[in-house]
Amino acid sequence: MSTLVTLPVLLPMLGAGLTVITSRSATLQRLIGIAVLIAVAVLAAVLLVAADRTGPIVAEMGGWAAPVGIALVADRLAALLLLVSTLVTLAVLVYSIDQRVADYGRETPSTTFHPMYLLLCTGVSLAYLTGDLFTLFVAFEIMLSASYVLITRRTSASRIRSGMTYVTVSLTSSLLFLTMVALVYAATGTVNLADLAAQVGELPDGLRTVLALLVVVVFGIKAAVVPLHFWLPDSYPNAPSPVTALFAGLLTKVGLYALLRTQTLVFPQDGSKTLLLWLAVATMVVGALGALAQNDLNRLLSFLLVSHIGYMLFGIAVFDVAGIAGTVLYIVHHITVQATLFLVSGLITRRTGTVSIDRMGGLAKTAPALAVLFAVPALTLAGIPPTSGFVAKLALLQAGAGSGVATAAVAGVVVASSLLTLYAMARVWVRVFWGTPQPPLSDPDPTDELVVGTGSTPRPMVAAAGSLAAVSVAIAVAAGPLSAVTGRAAEDLLDRGPYRTAVLGEEAR
Amino acid sequence: MTERIPWERWDEPHEPWLLPGRCPDRSERTLLLEMTTRVVFPTILVFSLYLLLVGHYSPGGGFSGGLVAGLAFVLRYIAGGRQDIGGAVRIRPPVVIGLGLTIAVLTALAPALAGNAVLSSAMWEVELPLLGTLEVVSSLLLDVGVYLLIVGVALDLLRSLGAGIEQDARAAGERM
Amino acid sequence: MITINLSMALVVGALYAVGFYLLLQRSLMRVLLGIVVIGHGANLLLQLAGGPPGRAPIVGDAPPEAMTDPLPQALALTAIVITFALTTFLLALGYRSWVLLGHDEVQDDIEDRRVARRQRPAGAMEEESDAEPEQRAGADQ
Repeated sequence: MSTLVTLPVLLPMLGAGLTVITSRSATLQRLIGIAVLIAVAVLAAVLLVAADRTGPIVAEMGGWAAPVGIALVADRLAALLLLVSTLVTLAVLVYSIDQRVADYGRETPSTTFHPMYLLLCTGVSLAYLTGDLFTLFVAFEIMLSASYVLITRRTSASRIRSGMTYVTVSLTSSLLFLTMVALVYAATGTVNLADLAAQVGELPDGLRTVLALLVVVVFGIKAAVVPLHFWLPDSYPNAPSPVTALFAGLLTKVGLYALLRTQTLVFPQDGSKTLLLWLAVATMVVGALGALAQNDLNRLLSFLLVSHIGYMLFGIAVFDVAGIAGTVLYIVHHITVQATLFLVSGLITRRTGTVSIDRMGGLAKTAPALAVLFAVPALTLAGIPPTSGFVAKLALLQAGAGSGVATAAVAGVVVASSLLTLYAMARVWVRVFWGTPQPPLSDPDPTDELVVGTGSTPRPMVAAAGSLAAVSVAIAVAAGPLSAVTGRAAEDLLDRGPYRTAVLGEEAR
Repeated sequence: MTERIPWERWDEPHEPWLLPGRCPDRSERTLLLEMTTRVVFPTILVFSLYLLLVGHYSPGGGFSGGLVAGLAFVLRYIAGGRQDIGGAVRIRPPVVIGLGLTIAVLTALAPALAGNAVLSSAMWEVELPLLGTLEVVSSLLLDVGVYLLIVGVALDLLRSLGAGIEQDARAAGERM
Repeated sequence: MITINLSMALVVGALYAVGFYLLLQRSLMRVLLGIVVIGHGANLLLQLAGGPPGRAPIVGDAPPEAMTDPLPQALALTAIVITFALTTFLLALGYRSWVLLGHDEVQDDIEDRRVARRQRPAGAMEEESDAEPEQRAGADQ
């Protein structure tokens, strides 16, 4: 069983190696990529079932027991997020393959895209599964290095500009991460998360607060928490739409996952929860208001992404079983829906030849399939009742209302910013899908893959985006069992016992 | 018959010292460096293999071995230019990188087939005539993977940043 | 808990200060140098986290209590390799920027400036599409 925990990390890495070797054959590359991701999705499902039945599954690298060796841990939270993330990466990969086939023909291999894509999946899997602070750093670096290449691939002037911002900000946060690891090691003499859980509790209050703050800053940059969000709306919109969908769906959530993991496991007794509550408010409000000012469809979605990070932060700040469970459910919902929205946005920009919503119009008549495909995730993101967004938001609101006046007040902000999200989405709907149909504009820069294949809407790409929308509908249908799993995951996270026992053995209790 | 050398270029090297022997732009060559490279290049490669093999118990290993081998290629690139690097290595650098990564991951996975923890290693003792007992560790294969990966990266850097920039500059009409 | 000596703390502090100052510059080369300098600072800090200097941690060479802690060294080595690789990437990015743009300056977010400049008359969202032709010229970048 423990070997299965390592496979979600090793298989994509193997796939990356193989796709570099086969970089002459486009078909082989695509087959390898899809096969690997399907295998990882199946593994993640198996791990989720196993972790839910028997508790966290641990794999010790090279047979060295923790805390000396490096351990990979698949508990309910990690396995659940791994499953959802892999479904999203699979759908995005299919979409981007379809896009490439539609634009360049079946026989155009790419040296960098597939290896980097799989390497990014490696980093994401490792970040979810690792039980070690330094390995988490390495996982982030694998993930971010691949993302640097993906965001600056086929460089145009605008992508160079956004790439510089993105790379510089990410590198700075990585160096702060390294500083944090050094300080944590100096203070406790260990980097194993389960071991840290005990050691950090014995530190003086001041030192612990400094470390906890540094953790919030480091993962706050990765998760785009206001006021550390400025890089996101600047860089994401300039990447090709599949890449943006992948980044928006996964990278910020991995940062948030790291924040959730460290806050629950390592710094549970700390006073940073009030700070998190304020940050959540700022993130929700700034993101939603920022979205209203935008004219560029992708930037608008990026600001909404920032805004919704605030919701998940709110659940962490509430810090009880209901709050954490709500956050986990929200992460699951948001990974799928945000990726779907960016994929659909890619389809819309293909159709219209522009990202500016002022210059679009009448798509409801000319492309009704796109209209439906946009409406489903848009309503889900806004949290209209039968959707998964509603379920997740309701869980957060209940948690907020049930744990004091301050969180209840912030729950009010959640409702307000949901309304702003709905307003922003309605604005997009009115501008893009209603009104008089506009003729598609010609592509301003054919080399940058930002706006491609003007005027057409290839069926396979629609199908790929549609399947992801179907996943988010499935989340709404399976909301009952899913929230039971997230509830149990939240209990585990706050209890800390099962995780520590699984990693360190019985004496850790 | 030997080619007649113009009097103002008498001190420029015109013999093909390095392996591929094609170096059209003679004014960019330096005799001393080419001679040294010719001698030193195989030596460095052997040294890098030594580092690769002793890495389990002594300073060395796949990473440092790969870096040293990469430096050997950098030396050749400086001495012979991009034609020489292209002639010395026929295989495309990304293939070397991919091969290294694949070998490393497969080595990591192999113990799982025998029911051991992933990344764990085994050791065998081999009796060799003349050499005596040789200890072979399975993690050597992982090191080989890393070695190939690093060499591939070094070659790819020379190809894209070294020769690529040189080519761009030539296209822009600059004299290097 | 490890306490480090003052001179080392000052060196780490100076490296971070210099690095962050360079990070705030416009030129990507200086930003790159800043990242390299902070990287050195972080690696030095990681080394210091292992405690006072001692003998090489090789079994048989020294008694275990005289050895240094090998873990921070392994961590620092990994971190150095990662920083090194990303430095190369930034250099390539800087070169690409120089080829495409003729400089390597990190520029402002153009769309951001455009949004900030856009002055909307209150309640007149519909008329806005007729106005401001010059801003709409490049709106689909």
